[in-house]
Amino acid sequence: MYPSDLKYDKEHEWVRVDGDIAVIGITHFAQDQLGEVVYVDLPSEGDSVVAGETFGEIESVKSVSELYSPVNGEIVKVNDALGDAPETVNEDPYGEGWMIEVKLADAAELDAMLSAEEYEAFVTEEA
Amino acid sequence: MTEKLAHTPPAAPARGPRGLIFEIGAPESRCVEPPALDVPEVDLDEVLGGAARVEPPVLPHVTEVEIARHYSHLASMNFGVDSGSYPLGSCTMKYNPRVNEDACRMAGFSGLHPAQPVETVQGALELMVGLAEALAEVSGLPGVTLQPAAGAHGELTALMAFRAYHADRGDVRKRVLIPDSAHGTNPATVTMCGYETVTIPSDATGGVDMAALHAALDTDVAAVMLTNPNTLGLFERNIIEITRAVHDVGALAYCDGANLNAIMGVTRPGDAGFDALHINLHKTFSTPHGGGGPGAGPVCVTEELAPYLPGPLPVLRPDGVYDWQVPARSIGRIRAGYGNFGVLVRAYAYVRALGAEGLAEASEQAVLSANYLKERLRGAFELAYDRTCMHEFVLSGSRQKREHGVRTLDIAKRLLDHGFHPPTVYFPLIVEEALMIEPTETESLAELDRFADALIAIAEEAAADPDAVRSAPFTTPVRRVDEARAARTPDLRYDPAR
Repeated sequence: MYPSDLKYDKEHEWVRVDGDIAVIGITHFAQDQLGEVVYVDLPSEGDSVVAGETFGEIESVKSVSELYSPVNGEIVKVNDALGDAPETVNEDPYGEGWMIEVKLADAAELDAMLSAEEYEAFVTEEA
Repeated sequence: MTEKLAHTPPAAPARGPRGLIFEIGAPESRCVEPPALDVPEVDLDEVLGGAARVEPPVLPHVTEVEIARHYSHLASMNFGVDSGSYPLGSCTMKYNPRVNEDACRMAGFSGLHPAQPVETVQGALELMVGLAEALAEVSGLPGVTLQPAAGAHGELTALMAFRAYHADRGDVRKRVLIPDSAHGTNPATVTMCGYETVTIPSDATGGVDMAALHAALDTDVAAVMLTNPNTLGLFERNIIEITRAVHDVGALAYCDGANLNAIMGVTRPGDAGFDALHINLHKTFSTPHGGGGPGAGPVCVTEELAPYLPGPLPVLRPDGVYDWQVPARSIGRIRAGYGNFGVLVRAYAYVRALGAEGLAEASEQAVLSANYLKERLRGAFELAYDRTCMHEFVLSGSRQKREHGVRTLDIAKRLLDHGFHPPTVYFPLIVEEALMIEPTETESLAELDRFADALIAIAEEAAADPDAVRSAPFTTPVRRVDEARAARTPDLRYDPAR
């Protein structure tokens, strides 16, 4: 449920790093808590994201929640397909359900994020 | 030969959805006959030119009995406070006493026009002044406007007054602090008013995290918005310290009065140091929820803020005549006319019917009923915050989800089969699998027990036969609705072509 090649944060986002590019989405735990996702509001390419601050919103049949960026950087790609098919976030949170791609300002800040094991321990405790 | 009664089921199930009013009837059906024209006839094409309508409008063509059956059927499919218990936490589905309806239908109230000269509406103005005085007494805040049309509208009114107050002092501020348990209308109001929202976390006991509050308070903070009792149904224990700290940095303290029905006649937001409060008349003063309108969200403020209230306000002049008066530094009109007057009449009727002692007793009864249910349901479900609650409390279905794969939504749906409207689910957001229960003051002990028995039975069923709970409801006209599809592709408009 929590792929070991990803990094996680306590706001339930995951990050997949490739060089200085980070792909960001929300975890299986988050999509399960939200229930069926009906709308995802994402920023535009070229916008900046700041670690710990919101970059968008996700709405499910239950509630509206904010999406928090785990990293600093500039958005280079946005998953526009979620506009027509927000349910992809439920069906494939680590694959087609990705949200944004960020060019990292400082790749070293990822070291502070949680490993899959640490994140799993965190959500087990939270639940 | 005797004809046999057909055994095929009727086209429309007796309890299920039937056709729209546009889909029943026949073109030749009418149920009104307009009286003979008693004014000179004009040629529409001549008067309206190209704007005259070419095609006649598409109107329903039904007989009177068809109309009566159509709406009776819709009413029978609906569930209201008059049908059964409706413990929808946070919403306060309070019973609407019939005497309120009697009062607001009196010809002297129901036949008024807002543009009538004041000398012809003295009684209506007297009622508004009387209601404003009662609300001032209940809130401990002397300045009152009855104009706002809903609670959220009242929030906006108060924050606009705050902004005008700060601007008058040359002290334009940027931020408004709101706890994470707040109603979503609070941050929406802040944004509409041009401020920035800062969220303050709750502490382990469900109150405002005082360290986080103190850390966030500075001279750029315009106000703190607080619901007390809060949306967890808990009274803020540090309320005096909170309002004092807010004033120490020159900010204003706003009380979201959504839960005033728990403290009405017992303790007053004004005495706790709040500068402004909105009151949802439908939650505290028994006016109808009304399916989205018309409502009323009066705002009460301190003497210092009264000059900023929207006007005109009803006042009693020294010569004994009621009149309209615009406050000196008024933010202007917030609503056409003078608010939803019919709602104000109902609230006034409630105040006068119960009196000061009765209002306090209603609060006490609401709190007692909630605590009774909390104690009966402890054990069957997790209790999010184990404290004496006010008028409502929050259970968590986390155990049912973890151990049996039964979610709070399933539990809510199963309650429908027991004849109850489910409680609020998945709010407040800070409680996992939340079930927020508010019985209100009017349910009898027997009815409270019936509701508790139903929830306990569902908790047992979740363990013994989780599939049954997950497949509920079984007895409603419509079973599970596709909420995701309704949200993703809402179909809100009748289209005869489809």
